[in-house]
Parts: sequence; structure tokens; C-alpha cells
Amino acid sequence: MFETYFPLAVMIAAATVIGVGQLVLSHLLGRKSKSPKKLIPYECGVDPVGSARERFPVKYYLIAMLFIIFDIEVVFLFPWAVVYKQLALFGFIEMAIFIFILFVGYVYIVKKGALLWE
Amino acid sequence: MLEQAIIAIIKVAVVLFAILTACAYIVWLERKLVARMQVRLGPTRVGPFGLLQPLADAIKLFTKEEIIVEQANKWLYLVAPLLAFIPAFITFAVIPFGDTVTLFGREVELLISDFNVGILFILGVTSLGVYGVVLAGWSSNSKYSLLGSLRSAAQMISYEISLGLSVIGVLLLAGSLSLVDIVKAQGSVSEWFIWKQPVGFFLYLISAFAETNRAPFDLPEAETELVAGYFTEYSSMKFAMFTIAEYANMVTVAALATTLFLGGWQGPFLPPVVWFLVKVMFFIFLYIWVRATLPRFRYDQLMRFGWLVLLPVGLVNVLVTALAVL
Repeated sequence: MFETYFPLAVMIAAATVIGVGQLVLSHLLGRKSKSPKKLIPYECGVDPVGSARERFPVKYYLIAMLFIIFDIEVVFLFPWAVVYKQLALFGFIEMAIFIFILFVGYVYIVKKGALLWE
Repeated sequence: MLEQAIIAIIKVAVVLFAILTACAYIVWLERKLVARMQVRLGPTRVGPFGLLQPLADAIKLFTKEEIIVEQANKWLYLVAPLLAFIPAFITFAVIPFGDTVTLFGREVELLISDFNVGILFILGVTSLGVYGVVLAGWSSNSKYSLLGSLRSAAQMISYEISLGLSVIGVLLLAGSLSLVDIVKAQGSVSEWFIWKQPVGFFLYLISAFAETNRAPFDLPEAETELVAGYFTEYSSMKFAMFTIAEYANMVTVAALATTLFLGGWQGPFLPPVVWFLVKVMFFIFLYIWVRATLPRFRYDQLMRFGWLVLLPVGLVNVLVTALAVL
């Protein structure tokens, strides 16, 4: 336990310290000459038009949902792959059925055009 | 206990220092190589061959003014670079970079932690990097940032699936999630998994390019349309942290490719650590070469390629590998 998790904890702590250290150091060392014009968001030199928090295409949301479905599928594949040599033929047939069912869903998504960006 | 703790701390310090230096010098190498490929000279002024350029850049970035855009969500804006930076560094903790060596009469394993679910740890932690990207774009109150972060997030999650699928072929062959065991399963050159998993290897390589936002998948920072993408509004070291994170991710992805497909640190004649570095440098060189060679994808092409080509190929590869192992 200690051998495995302690070095990981040290790594996370050290990376955090370096990251925060960079932020603090650049805050302390950096030039400071604030002016209101500098704080305007960049929009190719003209004053920003409207709010930046606009609506965006629902496609991105759709992709996120599809991602969850397929990523969970991959998550199921990981433990299966590790014990596959013990499961042998039984494991193969089970996973083939599972992937086939998902594949039907995948074909449906493609036919519906959920993955096209026109 | 105490001795182990001290060894762990020393190893972490050495590895982090090595990655940070590597990041700085990969930037230099990239500028030099891309310049040569475009018949330019690249950095030449600071030190011999411009070798001190990274140092000069660091000093410049530290002393630049810190700008927090008006109406930005201040806390998220500050946390976002950290969320990109920290995961990029901790993933290296489970990658074995050498055989056990004897230093001062002690057996020292050349990896930080032999985590028995190493691959899951890497995949889990790298996907945390998406939060940094999304929060950076969302909190900056800029249209370019928002668009860049949305694109980037959609791209990263889409290619994460094929990245996961490409790894499963290797797991089927090795029967373990521990990277140490995977390296041991590839004893000699003829046993490297690249020979048994060529499709998996190319799937991994392509997905890894997309995951790290490198050319030809560098749409999140397509400068011709989105300025700098999700970090448009960042300045000084916060800007640099995103870049360092990108290069650290490149190193990790290259190291993982080495471990999964090219037999890790193993190789004839040369010492293990040297072999590891040679293989990683090969992938880094490939990254730079591809960047200088290929034009950028269009966004619809990118999404179509990920979902309609890589995903089915990945699934078929898993089934075929399973059948072959049977």
C-alpha cells in the first residue's frame, strides 16, 4: 500500500506546488500597469460585440452524450481484457454479443446523421 | 519506511525536473527542426545554437504582466491552467523508465509507483485535462476562447474512445493493467507488441496526436480562425502553463507508446534508460515532423474521421485480437 500510494501522493503534491508556485511567482514578478483598455477581451482590435457567453450548437452536447455511451463500453472492455485468457471462448462469445448490440446502436446513430457536421 | 519515503521523494524530484527540462528543450527542438524543414535557421542568438532560448523565454514569461480580463470568472480563470498543468505531470508516475538498478548498495526501481492499474490511472488522469481546457474557455469571457474550448473538448472526448480501444489489444496480449507487467511481457524485439498489434499501434498514434491537440489535429488552437483557441485571453506564466502542459502530455503519450508497443526500456547493448529515452525521442521527432508536413484537418473531417473510421476500426481490432489470442 505505502509503496504504491505514497510516491503517487508525493508526485501529485509536487506537481501542485510547482503549478501554484508558477502562478504566484509570475504574479509577484510581473509588470503591473493596469489600464481599462487592456482588460477588454480580444476581438481583433474592435470593441467586443455582445456577450461572449452566447448559445452554441447542440451538436457538442450530442457528442458528449455519445461519448458517455461509448466510453462506458470501453470501460467494460478493460476488466474483460485482463481476465480474457481464463474466460477463453465463453468470454469471446459474450463480448461479441455485447459489441454487436452496441454496433446496432452505432449504425442507428450514423444513419440518423448525429455524427455529421453539416 | 522512512528510507522508502526518501527514495520516493528523490525519484519524484528527478522525474519532475527531467520532464520540465525536456518540455523546455522540446520547444527549442521543435523550433529548430521546423525551421530547418522550412529552410530557416530558427533560434540562433541566445547561446550557442540558441540553446539558452528556453531560459530567455522563461525569464520573459515570468516578468510579463498578468492580465485578468474584465467580467472573467476570476477563480475558474486562475484554476484552469492548474487543471491543465497538474494532470499532465502526474501521469508520468506509473511509467517504468528503466530496469532495477543498484545505487549506493540499494535496489532502486526506476519508476515512481508500480500501480497495478497503471493504464487506467493514465487514462483517468489525462481525461482530467479536458476540465482545464473547458474552464479556461468558459471563464475567459471571450468568444474565441469559448469556441476553442468547445471544439477542443469535443475533439478530446471523441478521440479518447479510440485511444481506449487501441490499448485493449495490448491488454488482451499482456493480460495485465500494470505497465511493469506489460513491459515484461515484451522480452525481446520480436515480442514487441507493435508486431502483433500494428493496427492498434496506428490507432493509438493517431488518437494520441488528437488527444494532445497536435498537428494535424490542432484545431483547438487553429490560429487562422480562433487566434489561440481556449487560451487566447491568458498572459504571462498562465499562458505558458498551457503550453508546458501540452508538451508534458506529448512526453507522456510518447512514453506510453514506448511502453505499450515498443517494449519499454528494453533493448540490446545500450543501458535501459538510454533505450527508453531513444524511443521517446523518436516519437517526439515524429510529432515535430508530422507538424511540419501535414496541413490541418477541417472540423467536420476531424469528427467524421474519429467517429466513422477510428471507432469501428478499433472495435474490429479488439475482436480480431481476441480471436487470435483464443
